[in-house]
Amino acid sequence: MIEVKDLYKEFNGTSVLKGVSTTFEKGKTNMIIGQSGSGKTVFLKCLLGLHTPESGIISFDGRNHTELNIKQRRQLRKEIGMVFQGGALYDSLTVEENVMFPLKMFSDTSKSEMLDRVNTVLKRVNLVDANNKFPAEISGGMQKRVAIARAIVMNPKYLFCDEPNSGLDPNTATVIDNLIQEITKEYQIITVINSHDMNSVMEIGEKIIFLKNGVKAWEGTNQEIFKTENEAIVNFVYSSNLFRKVREAHLNENK
Amino acid sequence: MMLKQVFRKPQKWSVFREMLFREIEDLGLKSLGIIAFISFFVGGVVAIQTALNVDSPFIPKYLIGFATKRSMILEFAPTFMCVILAGKVGSYISSSIGTMRVTEQIDALEVMGINSLNYLVLPKVIATLFFYPLLILLAMFLGIAGGFAAGTLTDLFFSEDYIYGIQLDFDPYFIKYALTKTLVFAFVIATIPAYHGYYVKGGSLEVGRASTQAVVWTSVVIILLNYFLTQMLLG
Repeated sequence: MIEVKDLYKEFNGTSVLKGVSTTFEKGKTNMIIGQSGSGKTVFLKCLLGLHTPESGIISFDGRNHTELNIKQRRQLRKEIGMVFQGGALYDSLTVEENVMFPLKMFSDTSKSEMLDRVNTVLKRVNLVDANNKFPAEISGGMQKRVAIARAIVMNPKYLFCDEPNSGLDPNTATVIDNLIQEITKEYQIITVINSHDMNSVMEIGEKIIFLKNGVKAWEGTNQEIFKTENEAIVNFVYSSNLFRKVREAHLNENK
Repeated sequence: MMLKQVFRKPQKWSVFREMLFREIEDLGLKSLGIIAFISFFVGGVVAIQTALNVDSPFIPKYLIGFATKRSMILEFAPTFMCVILAGKVGSYISSSIGTMRVTEQIDALEVMGINSLNYLVLPKVIATLFFYPLLILLAMFLGIAGGFAAGTLTDLFFSEDYIYGIQLDFDPYFIKYALTKTLVFAFVIATIPAYHGYYVKGGSLEVGRASTQAVVWTSVVIILLNYFLTQMLLG
């Protein structure tokens, strides 16, 4: 379990996170939502250790991230898989080399074993026959799949995704969502997704945290989001006509 | 702070070795052509300029070869070529690392638990320290050869005089002095652009700005260090 308690973070005197507390459980797809500038990315980067919070506790299965030394932090990071918004694939490496990269850095297995593992995860993300292509030669959806494959190649305990659907068409976005959810269940990992895409939130968000101005304004499941009267989340989620109609239909069905 | 992270033990030697060979190719071998071209023609121009300015019958013609050799070994090869490398390689280093920063590739390395400064910068430093002295020795040789070719083609001086001039009063310390300067400049060429690229914030525009700043600062530092090193080593 990842436990976050009273997390505070500021930049140049401006508070970005103001006492955020929550927990993320194993085998669940957790989503962080909120308007641009609400502190979602900073929150995710604090969890990843890319930002150091001013105060608060981030505990990964009992290991307080902020109290670990550099060596222990590096060890913890080996248990973390991350899918960046733009994929963050290494341009000079092929798809195969990108996915193999963490294995080359951290495992002592033979090249053929590494290759087997790479092919297994590439098959798992439905990406075959792209091993020797460079990131610039494949589509955005395929790049996201490579990023997911690279994130899970070391069998991580924790998977973080920053806007995994940005820039993708609705069909590909659904495929990526389902893939992330399947992987979360299959490998029993803790997945935390930072997203703007309400479609994803409704589809796979088993636990949703809504941040507003650096404060946790709401927390619940994708089913509870239909029933909530919390003004902040209602204004955010139902700012779109489509979702307003979906909500009305859902409420009418359950009357 | 940055250098402390850079000079840590590589996390995996096999990966470091692979990166080192890649950097030797990118930062060294790929600069061979431009260095060979410029040094050959600069050597030629130095020889012609000297020949045209030495018109007194009391000044022996072998001084043309002597002057070309001295200028190539002492200044043109180590300093001039390193300023050119600062432009070519410096912009490459800062823009490639800067692009990795803005596209979150460096964050991806850090999240994986990799010391990104050590992984990205150390192979560059070692590659330049190892390869640039060889490149500068080649530049010295080609510069002197360029002077010889210029003389032969223009008939401004006799090749025998030139050969006598380049053999005259040869002091191996000057080669040591030039290679010492080259090692210092090689370190500067690898680290200053890496710093500018690594700490860039923003997007492609900022990467471009960082690249320009890196080249300017690297050149300024090379010129200043050249002054101090010359004072220290020859003064």
